[in-house]
Amino acid sequence: MTGTRYADGPVVVTGLGAITPLGPDVAAFTGGLLEGRSGVRLLDGPEFADLPARLAATVDATGRLDRIEARTLDRVQQLALIAAREAWADAGAPEVAPERLAVVVGSGIGGALTILGQHDVLREKGPRRVSPHLVPMLMPNGPAATVGLELGARAGVHTPVSACASGAEAIAYALDLLRLGRADVVVCGGAEACVHPLPMAGFAQMRALSTRHDEPAAASRPYDKSRDGFVLGEGAGILVLESEEHARARGARVHAKLAGAGLASDAHHVTAPDPSGNGAARSIVLALRDAGVSPDELGHINAHATSTPLGDVAESRAFAQALGSARPPVTATKSCTGHLLGAAGAVEAIATVVALRDGAVPPIQNLDDMDDEADVDAVRVVPRRFEHTSALSTSFGFGGHDVSLVLTR
Amino acid sequence: MTSAATATPAELLAGLAEVLDEVAGTPADKVVPEAAFDKDLDIDSLTMVEVVVACEERFGVRIPDEALEQLTTVGDAVNYIAGAAA
Repeated sequence: MTGTRYADGPVVVTGLGAITPLGPDVAAFTGGLLEGRSGVRLLDGPEFADLPARLAATVDATGRLDRIEARTLDRVQQLALIAAREAWADAGAPEVAPERLAVVVGSGIGGALTILGQHDVLREKGPRRVSPHLVPMLMPNGPAATVGLELGARAGVHTPVSACASGAEAIAYALDLLRLGRADVVVCGGAEACVHPLPMAGFAQMRALSTRHDEPAAASRPYDKSRDGFVLGEGAGILVLESEEHARARGARVHAKLAGAGLASDAHHVTAPDPSGNGAARSIVLALRDAGVSPDELGHINAHATSTPLGDVAESRAFAQALGSARPPVTATKSCTGHLLGAAGAVEAIATVVALRDGAVPPIQNLDDMDDEADVDAVRVVPRRFEHTSALSTSFGFGGHDVSLVLTR
Repeated sequence: MTSAATATPAELLAGLAEVLDEVAGTPADKVVPEAAFDKDLDIDSLTMVEVVVACEERFGVRIPDEALEQLTTVGDAVNYIAGAAA
């Protein structure tokens, strides 16, 4: 075995990469949040015409990958790779032994576009026309495998799958790997790409999607009284984590510390949030305890806040339960990006890192009429400055998954 | 579609070069009869299946899996396609 073990001491974030509906990189993403731009549009393709909900927040990946590179990768793998390259370069392409480099990239759904497209090929042209790349393109660990191959990671490649908490769970697992001394550097995050009529029809049948077709930019409106569901998004967010000691030894620039993570589960209902917010609250308490941070020290919460009527209220109850009288200013990234499902927790962790680094919380868009049931200190209209050294990011997923991350300056 | 029955070996080679460019981005000047698919052209086993299926469509021939094992080089493939169409 090569490399030194750094099992003790803090874990830091040294690289960030994101491709989101707000643009091609982290700067476009976090700049777009501060400006309050929307990545949501009305899908006008004929394949979407019959859907009851036709809004989505898509990304433009045109020209980002070589034609041959792209054709054996599902779109979710392509987005993961694009974000991973940015994050790796941002971290200064750390020199690390392959046996001490791990990858953890989650996805909620995996290669949905490939499986659906190839099903059409099977029906129309028969089994001999099905792509031999089908299986490695549809498997949920595809994005992690792609990133692992790109970087030559040999300390393990992992894929948490926990619906909309996958990206955050990947970061929590990466923290574990570093603390357990199983790697010196971990590349982690989440990716999603399933803007297709079938998943959208499924979400629409759950009545989970917004149908505000006449105002796409106003459709994702967390905490607003007139919110009517989430907007499906796609994208990827990747972070490079390493021990503070390892980062210091190589002279790396540090964006923030990943101080703690907390995981819990609702055991309430497969899709509906526990209305009491109990599981979510426990994940927050565990994350704060893990980080050694008190609620009063939190300067900011990047909430899961999907813009569904039930979820936003349940989450606000969890904040009250976990934080008591502390009321840190809350933002909701999804008001601009829509809901990136398995990538959401990762891009929102990135937004939290940048908010901490710059001391500014982006405002929630479309919050015109605050829902009285969601009792949070929502940041509105303009960014809010803060001096605190800690921030919280929450992610919850179908299946009752609750993941909270605490980041510090 | 190029008909393998009437095509010359040079035309089959040119057609195969187009298939390899489409499927694997292989530069045309590397597609010479003595080039081995795996060692010289970096075509892995999955991509080789794609090449075969694309050749079947393009040349109107059938290349069974048993034949695939004998197709080591570009020349092998050109000869097989020419023979299959004859």
